Amino acid sequence: MTTTTTITPSRAGQARGGADRTHDRWWAPWLFLAPALLIVAVFVLFPFVNTLALSVTDATLLKPGQFIGVDNFVRLAGDERFRTAMVNSMLYVVCVVPVMIAAPLALAALVNGTTRILGFFRTAYYLPVVMSSVIVGLIWTNLLDTRGLINQLLGWLGVINEPIGFLSDRWLTLISAMVVTVWTGLGYYMVIYLAAMANIDRSLYEAAAMDGAGPFRQFRHVTVPGVRATSALIGLFSSVSAFRVFGEVYVLTGGTGGTGGQNITVTMLIQQEGTGLQAQTGYAGAISMVMFVLLGGLLAAQLWFQNRGGDK
Amino acid sequence: MTRAQRAGRYLVLTGFFLLLAGPLLWQLSLSVKGPGDDLYAQPPQIIPSDPTLDNYTGVLDRVPVLSYVWNSGLVALIVVGGNVAGATLAGYALARLRFRFRGLVTGLFVVALLVPIEAIIIAQFLLVRSTGLADTLLGVALPTAVGALNVLLMRNAFQSIPNELEEAARIDGAGVWQRFRHICAPQVRGVMTVVAVFSFVGAWNDFLWPLIVLSGEENYTLTLGLNRLRGTFVSDPRLIAAGTIIALVPILAVFALLQRYFFRGLQAGGIKG
Repeated sequence: MTTTTTITPSRAGQARGGADRTHDRWWAPWLFLAPALLIVAVFVLFPFVNTLALSVTDATLLKPGQFIGVDNFVRLAGDERFRTAMVNSMLYVVCVVPVMIAAPLALAALVNGTTRILGFFRTAYYLPVVMSSVIVGLIWTNLLDTRGLINQLLGWLGVINEPIGFLSDRWLTLISAMVVTVWTGLGYYMVIYLAAMANIDRSLYEAAAMDGAGPFRQFRHVTVPGVRATSALIGLFSSVSAFRVFGEVYVLTGGTGGTGGQNITVTMLIQQEGTGLQAQTGYAGAISMVMFVLLGGLLAAQLWFQNRGGDK
Repeated sequence: MTRAQRAGRYLVLTGFFLLLAGPLLWQLSLSVKGPGDDLYAQPPQIIPSDPTLDNYTGVLDRVPVLSYVWNSGLVALIVVGGNVAGATLAGYALARLRFRFRGLVTGLFVVALLVPIEAIIIAQFLLVRSTGLADTLLGVALPTAVGALNVLLMRNAFQSIPNELEEAARIDGAGVWQRFRHICAPQVRGVMTVVAVFSFVGAWNDFLWPLIVLSGEENYTLTLGLNRLRGTFVSDPRLIAAGTIIALVPILAVFALLQRYFFRGLQAGGIKG
């Protein structure tokens, strides 16, 4: 493949295979690749190697730091903030993922159809997906505030006497953020389920209907098994994105991560430790490596899954 | 489906609609409530009794929202341009040109996919800072100017073009650039649009990276500016509401215009972060 023949019209018309066809200059592919390769190598692969290197030093923003072996990781093990962040991010995965697998599927089954009104519902459900976590966070802050709509409604209905501290109580804040995440993500996974449902053989539904199965049993015995691979993929994908949560929690807690950092997530911890003038970039690098180890495997599984099931 | 089942279906659909659209409608309502409205009335009032657009002018006067929009637009422009051009070029080479190390290069893009952005963001910041791009819009845009995922999406798209098409052009003497430009690229316009749409949304909505890179307020992108709204108008939800509605208009316009590409992107490209 190192021939440098110039681009000449090949004779005879029957150029088949490699023998007689025009050769491109050997460097042509590299010109095509250059911009992408440059950006990805410089801004993804190099920082990754650098993060690995940082994680074993005591570097700060202002000094490069010395090699300290696994000291950062030992320190992590005893760090209260790190433990809180891990608990919060893990809880996020445990609570959000099952909802993200189940609810969008039900929603997809309900909006699946060709009528205009169903198309309208599909579009409406998808809308929150295109909104940034900051906007969504602000909208929900107005709803969840002690004087917000939800407390107003509950007070008016006489359910509560005192406003509920949705954004101050440790667990309620976390749950509120999860609700916001689900609210934003439902439409996204719904569309993915719709695509998977389009591939289910119609005759299965007809056969089920013939056997007297109503819509619920058709859903349970045809739709659910028919999208099983997609469910698994969504499980992997939403696990990764739930663990990475940042914007919703950041905005709902006003950027602080809650009183005493009680609602901090792993991404927030990386941001807090690794930026600012007091940044401990080495220590932040160690937290980053933990995150990579936890998520890299899930991302790899997702990729493998995607290549195996369709996507041709 | 029986009548009762049909009714039940639309009832649930409407319920979800209220759950998803309700918060937006409440925000819209807040944004046009005037000083004569009791924000905390019981029962809550969705229709303002003293409607006004003052909140909008108020936000625009006190916070440079339009400059935030401009900055976000610039970042999005670089990211969309970079991704469409860079990913299309690289995708073509990976799918249709034969060269040494092709497998290795493809592997590099796959490896890049496996790295969660949060796990390298501090090192990215150190890099951007050392090149003097900290606190610049170019610094915000560059790291996502070509996404590995988009490269692989374009590669898949180019792979699905039948060989005969390009082979015929090759026999006629078309060079690699001509084959790319006139034969192959026109076949994958749909996927290019998908890449453009998702790059735009990603750049427009990104929060963590601009938060880390930008410090000067004159460079704030829209998400950073909005985040500041909360601190500035903490006592007046009406102004926050007006600010978020202004911020929503551009992205909703893009969504309305290019809706089918949003859906097609998820369906064709599989899951995209």
